[in-house]
Amino acid sequence: MEKPLTAHIPKDGSWLRLKDYERVGGYQGLRQALKMTPKEVIDMVKDAGLRGRGGAGFATGLKWSLVPTPDQIPGPHYLIANGDEMEPGTFKDRLLLEGNPHQLIEGMIIGAYAIQAEFSYVFLRWGYQFAEKALEEAIHEAYEAGYLGKNILGSGFSHELSVHISAGRYICGEETALINALEGKRANPRAKPPFPVVSGFFGRPTVVNNIETLSNVPHILSKGVSWYKSLSKCEDGGTKLYGVSGKVKRPGLWELPLGTSFREILEEHAGGMRDGYQFKGALPGGGSTDFITAEHLDVAMDYNSVAKVGSRMGTGTIIVLDDKTCVVGMVLNLEHFFAQESCGWCTPCREGLPWTEKLLLALENGEGKMEDLKIFDDLTRYMGPGNTFCALAPGAMEPLQSALKHFRADFERHIHEHRCPWK
Amino acid sequence: MATIYIDNVPYEVKDGENLLQACLSVGKNLTYFCWHPALHSVGACRQCAVIRYRDENDTRGRIVMACMEPVADQARISIDAPEAKKFRAQNIESLMINHPHDCPVCDEGGECHLQDMTVMSGHNYRRYRFKKRTHLNQYLGPFLHHEMNRCIQCYRCVRFYNDYAEGKDFGVFAAHDDVYFGRYEPGVLENEFSGNLVEVCPTGVFTDKTLRKRYTRKWDLTNAPSICHQCGLGCNIIASERYGSLRRILNRYNGDVNGYFICDRGRFGYEYVNSQRRIQHALKQEPAGQWQGLKKDTAIREIRNRIRAAKRVIGIGSPRASLESNFLLRELAGAEHFYAGVSEKESRLIKEVLHILRHSGVRTPSLKETETYDAIFVIGEDVTNTAPRLALSLRQAAKNQPKEKAKALKIADWNDAAIREVIQGQKGPLFIAAPYATRLDDAALATHQAHPDEIARLAFAVAHHVDAAAADAELPEKAKAFARQVADALVAAKKPLIVAGTSLYSPSLIHAAANVAMALKKAGKEAGLTYTVPEVNSMGLMMMTDQYLEQAFEQVYSGQADMVIVVENDLYRRLPADQVDEFFRKAGTVVVLDSIAHRTGEHAHFVLPAGTFAESSGTVVNNEGRAQRFFQVYQPRNDIQSTWKWLQAFVEKEQLAAANLDDVIQQLTMAYPELEGVREAAPGAQFRVGTQKIPREPHRYSGRTAMLAHINVSEPKPPEDPDSPLSFTMEGYVGTPPAPLTPFFWSPGWNSVQAVNRYQQEVGGMLRGGNPGRRLIEANGSSLQYFTDIPAAFHPDNFHWNIVPAYHIFGSDELSALSEPLQERIPALYLALSPADAQALQLQPGQQAELNVSGQTLRLPVVIRPDLPGGYVLVPKGWEATAGWLFPVQSSLKPMQV
Ligand SMILES: Cc1cc2nc3c(=O)[nH]c(=O)nc-3n(C[C@H](O)[C@H](O)[C@H](O)COP(=O)(O)O)c2cc1C
Ligand code: SF4
Ligand code: SF4
Ligand code: SF4
Ligand code: FES
Repeated sequence: MEKPLTAHIPKDGSWLRLKDYERVGGYQGLRQALKMTPKEVIDMVKDAGLRGRGGAGFATGLKWSLVPTPDQIPGPHYLIANGDEMEPGTFKDRLLLEGNPHQLIEGMIIGAYAIQAEFSYVFLRWGYQFAEKALEEAIHEAYEAGYLGKNILGSGFSHELSVHISAGRYICGEETALINALEGKRANPRAKPPFPVVSGFFGRPTVVNNIETLSNVPHILSKGVSWYKSLSKCEDGGTKLYGVSGKVKRPGLWELPLGTSFREILEEHAGGMRDGYQFKGALPGGGSTDFITAEHLDVAMDYNSVAKVGSRMGTGTIIVLDDKTCVVGMVLNLEHFFAQESCGWCTPCREGLPWTEKLLLALENGEGKMEDLKIFDDLTRYMGPGNTFCALAPGAMEPLQSALKHFRADFERHIHEHRCPWK
Repeated sequence: MATIYIDNVPYEVKDGENLLQACLSVGKNLTYFCWHPALHSVGACRQCAVIRYRDENDTRGRIVMACMEPVADQARISIDAPEAKKFRAQNIESLMINHPHDCPVCDEGGECHLQDMTVMSGHNYRRYRFKKRTHLNQYLGPFLHHEMNRCIQCYRCVRFYNDYAEGKDFGVFAAHDDVYFGRYEPGVLENEFSGNLVEVCPTGVFTDKTLRKRYTRKWDLTNAPSICHQCGLGCNIIASERYGSLRRILNRYNGDVNGYFICDRGRFGYEYVNSQRRIQHALKQEPAGQWQGLKKDTAIREIRNRIRAAKRVIGIGSPRASLESNFLLRELAGAEHFYAGVSEKESRLIKEVLHILRHSGVRTPSLKETETYDAIFVIGEDVTNTAPRLALSLRQAAKNQPKEKAKALKIADWNDAAIREVIQGQKGPLFIAAPYATRLDDAALATHQAHPDEIARLAFAVAHHVDAAAADAELPEKAKAFARQVADALVAAKKPLIVAGTSLYSPSLIHAAANVAMALKKAGKEAGLTYTVPEVNSMGLMMMTDQYLEQAFEQVYSGQADMVIVVENDLYRRLPADQVDEFFRKAGTVVVLDSIAHRTGEHAHFVLPAGTFAESSGTVVNNEGRAQRFFQVYQPRNDIQSTWKWLQAFVEKEQLAAANLDDVIQQLTMAYPELEGVREAAPGAQFRVGTQKIPREPHRYSGRTAMLAHINVSEPKPPEDPDSPLSFTMEGYVGTPPAPLTPFFWSPGWNSVQAVNRYQQEVGGMLRGGNPGRRLIEANGSSLQYFTDIPAAFHPDNFHWNIVPAYHIFGSDELSALSEPLQERIPALYLALSPADAQALQLQPGQQAELNVSGQTLRLPVVIRPDLPGGYVLVPKGWEATAGWLFPVQSSLKPMQV
């Protein structure tokens, strides 16, 4: 089983230096790309079936193809690597950032070449301080080696890359809020349309891609479309970093073929549930996805399959709920996070999430009422997709609405028993 | 036009708008908060949700925000679908979870958009059972009261204050349900347009502190459509009274003039109406100097006798008095003995402006049109401080060129945030040349500071760049480069606008501005030319007479006149004190009609209490040449009345003696055909809707029978208004009156100022039946030659320092400066000079400098301004000590001797 993204990450906790990266084929993808036209690069990424790993699964090649060319809109174009990674339960980009920064840098240069961007930024979560150091040094190495800067590898293409450290809010990961934050403004999302590909950073055409997404790109270029497609078990291409947290034997992160079954990830890689704990449900793709339950264990972890069972692939990092953990408490913990991270721009999220949190807290404290369940139903619909300004609140509603669907009895027990039965 | 289906009913709506605008324009009730017709859409509040269907077969549709969806032909939406209604009610429910439930003690109550929207949404039952989030309030200065707990986080305030007015000392802080709107610390809100927050904020967060001091509910106010008298722009206002005092000023939407916004001088400078210095009764000065109150009839009889006995009576009119009041004075004294109560200097300037407006062939835009120009050159004016509302329009116009970029990306005009993201604060071609750095400079692409003569020379040179046939002036290097940059930008624009004015008292500057505008017009540009003028009726007055104050003085000095009637004018603000003193020594009988006690009144034998704008009706002509009617708000319970009514008692002409306002206007237009349009400024007194008058009071007005019960339990007969179709009561037509007669905005379900939606043909557009006011002067075929009166280059003179006037929105205007809330904002008089000059004169900041202006010695604290190029100094215009100076004045200058 090939693990192009993670295979070369040193096991000792250090990161893959330029010379080691080059030894294992590093920057070959870039050399290949620079021999092609930008459009050919885009088409190749399209054909490879790379879908965005930031959560929404948007086809990367398609996104790139929507950027107006410099003939259509002259002046600077930008590429931004989204390394904000604040989704609850998600720690996949961190591994790539800390272990293999050149892979990201190479992917960014290729992406920048494809969309003819002069500048790119890595927008990094504040807490990722080791990643910051690794990145800064790797960027320095790349400049020294002529992979960045003027006239890269004699191709005539020039590119500048730098790191921006986020001030540390979940909403900064939302691509348009990220752009505002990068501009030095409040991290409120922007309305779409216009999309960032047309009017993004400083009103210029901008692509925002996830760290993992961009880390795939060098391999597509260097090893080709059919190789890349063959890595996967589903119609989309490539491998995926899957993570598992919760009361499993071996919580962790693994690079596996896209479309690996949930059961395999849980039972083989995470080693199954810890002794004495039963699997009850899971958030398959981070804190803002819907619960799946035991009946969905065989779902293939790819974008289309997870959607079919009523959840989302999200970031592919699974949070497992066991029978000894109170689902109300778990959702309360999540909603506390979301309520606190709301940017405060639109009414449903700003007002609805704190209310949600307070209701859950009351429930946990044994002060819930049956009417509250009706309010939860109303709130989850009220904060549904399209109703809010950005996807934060609808994402926040996903664990709640699915918990109410699958574990309603647990909610009712809290009300009837006037306490948390798990405490 | 496009056809859209709202709940299956087809409507014709305008292309290019959003669906919320479209729904409101066709009269639908759809709730909203963050959208504002002048600030446009950002999609934050989610209150305007409707269902949008793909086509007629789509029965489910999806929720969209109407304010963020473009109108598209055949679009199908539903306002009434149960899911849409439920969503909007839920949104209100959410907003209300933290909102205080105490409307009865909230200043906004009864005119609150949140109340209206809550009722409209149908939400009524509270399900939230937890504690509310609370905030601390801030002290924001004398104008605005702040109550943050009432905030619904619609972001309108920051969008107005920071994005639209470009204020810097306000913002949104924190995040999630803790967002806070205010200053970074308590303190005075600086922006000159801060008062608009009262109307922009849909809740009671920002309320009018001046109203709060003598609080009354909207429904208990007696209101009249009025015109702001605090500068020459004539913004339309609603003035409101209760218990015999003026309580507040609101913006009165006029789609051609002020739109949705007025300045803080206009909004908060009204309190002189309630001032202790008001003259309440007729007064007579005994030879020994003591004052004696007179009954109205006695006063009239005595003055009439004096007039009959006089050899010759001369009348001194005023630019702050209405056309009608000036006209009655002219009729009383005779046209040849009627003088504009302004200096020769000022009268000639305004005559010149009128001449150019009539004959240059260049259009003078309305304030609203000003916002459509795409390059602007301001010549000499500190617009924010001489014609404040114009500055706000110029700020919008300055964004027109950068906005083209957004257009190219097909971003709709209403998509406010998206447009701002594209333009990124980029500045458009706004250029300002002024004697000092002006408040508007932050919006300008380039500025230039120089002596007024040098500015005139610069403007001449710009005109020459545009058209070599126009006279040229030699310039210093820096000015030369600036002139070229300005000329190139103006020529590159589609609609260049030239802004100048009378504030520097320089005729050649006015001419130079005309040259630039005419040259641009000749170059095929859709050029515009705006002049600011000093006072509310400066233009109207100078359309009535060529004669000025010095000539009036001459009449007295030559012994031809032995009686003077001065109308609404403090002559000490017109000419140096020694000249005015001399005049009064010789003037014979002096009658002064004014609202406020002042130095001129002290010289009178008789003083008659004249109405301010609040107690009078009349017409004024603004800088654009637009005649606008203002109406009396209330009937004072003393002898105060319109000046023109007082004067009626003294005119011999029968048609005038008993005339009402319409008859006076009739006579006025017969005497001045150019003023014909004054008649159409508003419907006459005979106007009725059916048989009904227009009530000044809302139909919910309360307490009428109780107000005077402590004096007399039988309700007095309400006063009659023979001059307008407005009644002084709540009885009359409930509905939309003609725009010039609209005393307040109200419509069923719409109790806040946003009821104005229902008075417009389409939201944000023209008022039903047309915007009020009539333009009297239109630019037609040019008959003017280029002007050639280029002033000599300025040379500093260390013995005769040139003093150039500086202007202040709070302080430079005579009457508003008497208003208490403004006084806190009026700077102390100062003398400003350049760092180099200060050094040469050995003057330190704060030190007293000694000036000598027309024989009068004055000591002023020194302010050092790095923006001044040197060679001349600044002193504020309009303060009592400087009001009569004939700028630019000369003075010796030295540190005060101790
Ligand atoms: C509240 C919120 C937080 C997000 N946080 C992240 C994040 O931390 N990292 C990320 O890559 N995408 C995040 N996203 C998704 C981005 O908006 C965007 O879709 C993504 O960066 C695009 O990259 P991709 O096309 O490569 O997936 C977030 C979205 C939302 C609504
Ligand atoms: S849903 Fe609204 S309030 Fe919440 S983060 Fe997005 S824009 Fe901000
Ligand atoms: S203070 Fe007023 S205008 Fe500002 S956000 Fe709050 S409710 Fe809106
Ligand atoms: S700009 Fe002039 S007319 Fe308008 S509100 Fe201000 S002072 Fe009044
Ligand atoms: S009015 Fe449309 S979202 Fe606020």
